[in-house]
Amino acid sequence: MAAGVATWLPFARAAAVGWLPLAKQNMPKPPVDKKTRSDEMLFVNVSGLRFQTWKNTLDRYPDTLLGSSEKEFFYNEDTQEYFFDRDPEMFRHILNFYRTGKLHYPRHECIQAFDEELAFFGIVPEIIGDCCMEEYRDRKKENQERLAEDTEAEMATDTPLPPNSTSRERLWRAFENPHTSTMALVFYYVTGFFIAVSVIANIVETVPCRPPKGSKKDLPCGEKYSLAFFCMDTACVLIFTFEYLMRLFAAPSRCKFMRSVMSVIDVVAIMPYYIGLVMPENEDVSGAFVTLRVFRVFRIFKFSRHSQGLRILGYTLKSCASELGFLLFSLTMAIIIFATVMFYAEKGTKGTNFTSIPAAFWYTIVTMTTLGYGDMVPNTIAGKIFGSICSLSGVLVIALPVPVIVSNFSRIYHQNQRADKMRAQQKVRLARIRLAKKGTTNAFLQYKEDGGLQICDGDSTAVCLKNRSSFEHQHHHLLHCLEKTTNHEFTDEMTYSEMCMTESVGYRTSRSTSLSSQQGVSTSCCPRRAKRRAIRLANSTVSVSRGSVQELDTLQVQKSSAGPQSRSSLNARTEELKLNCEDRDFTAAIISIPTPPANTPDESLPSSPAIPGILRNSRSSTYTHETVKISSL
Amino acid sequence: MGMVLGTFSVQTKQVNYRRDKVDDELEMTMVCHRPEGLDQLEAQTNFSKQELQVLYRGFKNECPSGVVNEETFKHIYAQFFPHGDASTYAHYLFNAFDTTNNGSIKFEEFVMGLSTLLRGTVREKLEWTFHLYDINRDGYINKEEMTEIVRAIYDMMGKYTYPALKGDVPKQHVDAFFQKMDKNKDGIVTLEEFITACQEDENMMRSMQLFENVM
Repeated sequence: MAAGVATWLPFARAAAVGWLPLAKQNMPKPPVDKKTRSDEMLFVNVSGLRFQTWKNTLDRYPDTLLGSSEKEFFYNEDTQEYFFDRDPEMFRHILNFYRTGKLHYPRHECIQAFDEELAFFGIVPEIIGDCCMEEYRDRKKENQERLAEDTEAEMATDTPLPPNSTSRERLWRAFENPHTSTMALVFYYVTGFFIAVSVIANIVETVPCRPPKGSKKDLPCGEKYSLAFFCMDTACVLIFTFEYLMRLFAAPSRCKFMRSVMSVIDVVAIMPYYIGLVMPENEDVSGAFVTLRVFRVFRIFKFSRHSQGLRILGYTLKSCASELGFLLFSLTMAIIIFATVMFYAEKGTKGTNFTSIPAAFWYTIVTMTTLGYGDMVPNTIAGKIFGSICSLSGVLVIALPVPVIVSNFSRIYHQNQRADKMRAQQKVRLARIRLAKKGTTNAFLQYKEDGGLQICDGDSTAVCLKNRSSFEHQHHHLLHCLEKTTNHEFTDEMTYSEMCMTESVGYRTSRSTSLSSQQGVSTSCCPRRAKRRAIRLANSTVSVSRGSVQELDTLQVQKSSAGPQSRSSLNARTEELKLNCEDRDFTAAIISIPTPPANTPDESLPSSPAIPGILRNSRSSTYTHETVKISSL
Repeated sequence: MGMVLGTFSVQTKQVNYRRDKVDDELEMTMVCHRPEGLDQLEAQTNFSKQELQVLYRGFKNECPSGVVNEETFKHIYAQFFPHGDASTYAHYLFNAFDTTNNGSIKFEEFVMGLSTLLRGTVREKLEWTFHLYDINRDGYINKEEMTEIVRAIYDMMGKYTYPALKGDVPKQHVDAFFQKMDKNKDGIVTLEEFITACQEDENMMRSMQLFENVM
């Protein structure tokens, strides 16, 4: 029920006294309203701007935030007001809704911002008043279309295919987006070339060539060099047929593909040739066959795959179907009216061209479109008067729907331009996003380097940590918890990729180098352990594109509470082998290493990085066993 | 040619008509009624200043022009009784409130009516009810008037009732009413008969008490 009705309710209840004499039964007891009847004023503070209103005003709409008890969550006891940390400008409109019962949409505001405010305050956008509803709907639709395009552009086709795609999917991709591979591009241009060749051949065929010796009449080139043209036509049709069959094979949904406009055009373009082959050399039939050759001109529509402008034009015409229909209808009406009038006006004249109303149609059309061929002209005065009215009205009738079509075309064209621009900027955007993500992950690694994970035991560590905000502290703590949970550690891209590379290649050589580079082995496992901690396999940045699963693929050789003593080892990556153990462990490990990794690295490398991680995972567990065993000595 | 001119002239005539209607509407919205002072109203009615303020604020919000016309009134009343057709009863109610009979209810009339209904004496309330039933204001209620009122009330119930409305229920209701009210069985009910009969009905008196807490 509308809010205003609530004001009239007491009145309606009072008027119920009029039913009392008629009532056959007793009236029920009225509900007792405990709260005080007096009106109270509420203060609503929205980001510093104070609004005051009657409580009744807000109570009008009990299913919104301000009208229900939900606003109590925002009540500030100290200042005795309701505080909302929202946009005060927008709140004005929302409060006006309570006051007047009509919600207006402010035209200068962003539609999404407005929607968000409405959602926050629990107001359904459907109650926007008629005055503003149209504008709201239009802008919302425009916004949604734009967002849909953006998401489409994001999921665009330039992203690499999943590695497990079948040849069919790859083929389809190549057809739909020639830019993805060189082969596809070549094929794209070749087909484009052949379409052009075919169309030009069709045209040149009809040009009169010099007649062969011994004949006076000019022959069209098609008949003079009929064999050459036939060969060219055959070649083109073969290419087109091949292309069509390939597309049909690659299409994800064959039925849908066959119903699409482009495939219909393809079929229509190549059918005449095959029908011509099959057709017998019959006189009557060949006449029909000649008509069929007209369809060859449809090949020019195949260019729409190559030209975006043509596609936009086609799409515009499709979307303006109603305007075009109206144009056609009004033109037809006008033509019929004027043709009839002209016919009857010119009926008396001798030798007139206006022999019938259909004959007058031609005159009307030519006049209304201001062509004026002059093959039919009125002679009588009445005819001339009506003829002039006809041409004037023609201009008007045609001018009316044209701006609508133009504006539609312009809107669609601009949308396409924007989509293209988005796609072009996509790479830059993705790179920027990747950089930002790298920043945060690197922050955590940096944090660990700086000894953030140590228990703070002195001022020394506190100094380097003080620059971090409490948010960062908590975030890093969270990441550390994850590390502990999964028993893996985070690392960065470079370390990981080097891990992959050095694994199979420099396995034994690096082992020796690491042997020589070992320092301070005697003291404890800690230095080595620290070194090994630095050996990480996770690819944190790869996770941007592959998902966070990769992050768990970190291989942690030795898990210990080792301090950050040999952080410098992080830089000496080349020496650090993924799976190297410390000295003592090393010797024991040498025995155990050869067999498992020897077979696997070579196989594991070619496959995706995820798999080696898993493999190494299993290997690390064996190492851990070894090291634990040895260190207990 | 004549046809063309004819269509053009028809168009202009329509435009003129529309313009006149728009002018009328503009005129109506210009009419703005302001009530007499708060003090005067307080003296005339049984409401306190506070209550009058609340009432007026609600009234002004709904009808910024200061008057309620019958269409708006019917529309409002129809919202309370969505099951059936409240327009007839609303019409009678409107006439009961519109004491000056000028087709619109001003705030004073509104508030006076409410004052009678909520804060008036029993006699005043019964008089008001009598005036509601007396459609033609001749001082008597006859069977036809009563039937109309009762039919209007039953219209508000709508079609789907339990038990279902069978037969001429309003007529039976009216007969029962006249049985009770018409003491001298002359077919009409006068004000005194009405008041006397109502005051004898204890149930009705008790129900009247219940309605005092509406405001």
